[in-house]
Amino acid sequence: MNAIEQAVRWLNDPLNWTNPGGILDRLGEHLSMSAAAVLLGCLVAWPIGLWLGHSGRGGGAVLLISNVTLAIPTLALLTILPLTFLGFGRPSVVVALAVFAVPPLLANAYTGVRQADPEARDAARGMGLSGGQLLRRVELPLAVPYLAAGFRTAAVQVVATAALASFVNGGGLGQIIRAGFGLDIAAGGGQIIAGGVLVAGLAVLVELLLALVERVVTPRPLRRARTGADRRAAAAVAGGD
Amino acid sequence: MSLHLSYRAEPENPWFSWQYVRDNSDTILAALREHASLTARAVLIATVVALPLAVAAYWFRSLAGPILALTGVLYTIPSLALFAFLAPYLGIGVITVLSVVVLYALLVIVRNAVAGLTQVPPEVREAAEGMGYGRWGRLFRIELPLALPGILTGLRLATVSTVALVTVGVVVGRGGLGQLIFAGFQNNFYKAQIMTGTVLCVLLALVLDLVLAGVGRLLTPWLRGRAG
Repeated sequence: MNAIEQAVRWLNDPLNWTNPGGILDRLGEHLSMSAAAVLLGCLVAWPIGLWLGHSGRGGGAVLLISNVTLAIPTLALLTILPLTFLGFGRPSVVVALAVFAVPPLLANAYTGVRQADPEARDAARGMGLSGGQLLRRVELPLAVPYLAAGFRTAAVQVVATAALASFVNGGGLGQIIRAGFGLDIAAGGGQIIAGGVLVAGLAVLVELLLALVERVVTPRPLRRARTGADRRAAAAVAGGD
Repeated sequence: MSLHLSYRAEPENPWFSWQYVRDNSDTILAALREHASLTARAVLIATVVALPLAVAAYWFRSLAGPILALTGVLYTIPSLALFAFLAPYLGIGVITVLSVVVLYALLVIVRNAVAGLTQVPPEVREAAEGMGYGRWGRLFRIELPLALPGILTGLRLATVSTVALVTVGVVVGRGGLGQLIFAGFQNNFYKAQIMTGTVLCVLLALVLDLVLAGVGRLLTPWLRGRAG
């Protein structure tokens, strides 16, 4: 029996879904820790990114942060953080994942504010808006498409990276793959592939769902400006995990 | 009886220890060597495959969509899932790790190379055509050199992320320095070993990035004045 048939059979066994530690449990863990990590990332990165963009300072720092985090292996953070004051368990995993959510959130918040039309900014100043009002009423709305794009990139990356939490027994769908590798390859091949399908499927699903959300929150006149090749070029230059 | 009878000093577990580095230099160097060689091989293979793909996407606009879309979808797939798909067929070992990291490096290089090629100004292309350059001559003497900054950006990004990604190879027992980090975690959370692996990983990425940046400077002397 080949590995794909085994995988289909494994996925078709209802017990593999409903058992304690089965697919549904793991899916719940995966989603809850990803959501917590993205939320934490947003709480940290957005205010900083918006403020840096507003004041026009710190562009170099934003770039530096994304380059440095690119070089840090996820495995390293996942193993180091539990040994600090965070302790073993969920908090350290969430923080580790959030670290990788910060660069896309930060960079997009910064760029979003920076790209606001200088004339709109001048006009707002002329109307007597203060710095805070300018940020809140002019720059922030104009930055929404960028914030959404950053959110999507970050969320997809966190959902993908959360699979690695299984290395430190942090739960999530990756645990299924790891358990499969724990068996020998002839016996575990099906489970490994099934786990892979679940992890990859979830990532693609989140990507598609958030692409839809991104489209909805982007005001109609701004939609055409950032399509296809433009965004791809930006994504390629930004790199990622 | 002393009240402190049950008290025992915590065994020392520092974040860094020369003692550890000295005692395990062989293991550390072997892991570093494996990590560096995996990275170098992966980036080399990825470059050899990616550049023709990028040129194909640049020449034939109808191919650009599918090539970029495919790289986009692949990029969404988590690394652990890719390991899961390949391991049952390629086995537990170095080939699986190499295949996974080559795939990711490929995407980054293709995208940046395409971005670099499409940034060649149309006037320059027309001028080259007017001077009698054919398609290949134009590619090698005009377009690729002008796209070099984009290509090098891709190479640097691919190299740095490959160094980080190789550590995931622990799942098939070939993670280079990741092996060190993971073993440290499993052996009673040996901090010195985890930290040594991590620091070497980041340093390796930094050194390779600087080397590529230097190569880039040598290859694009015309940009030096501008970049400052």
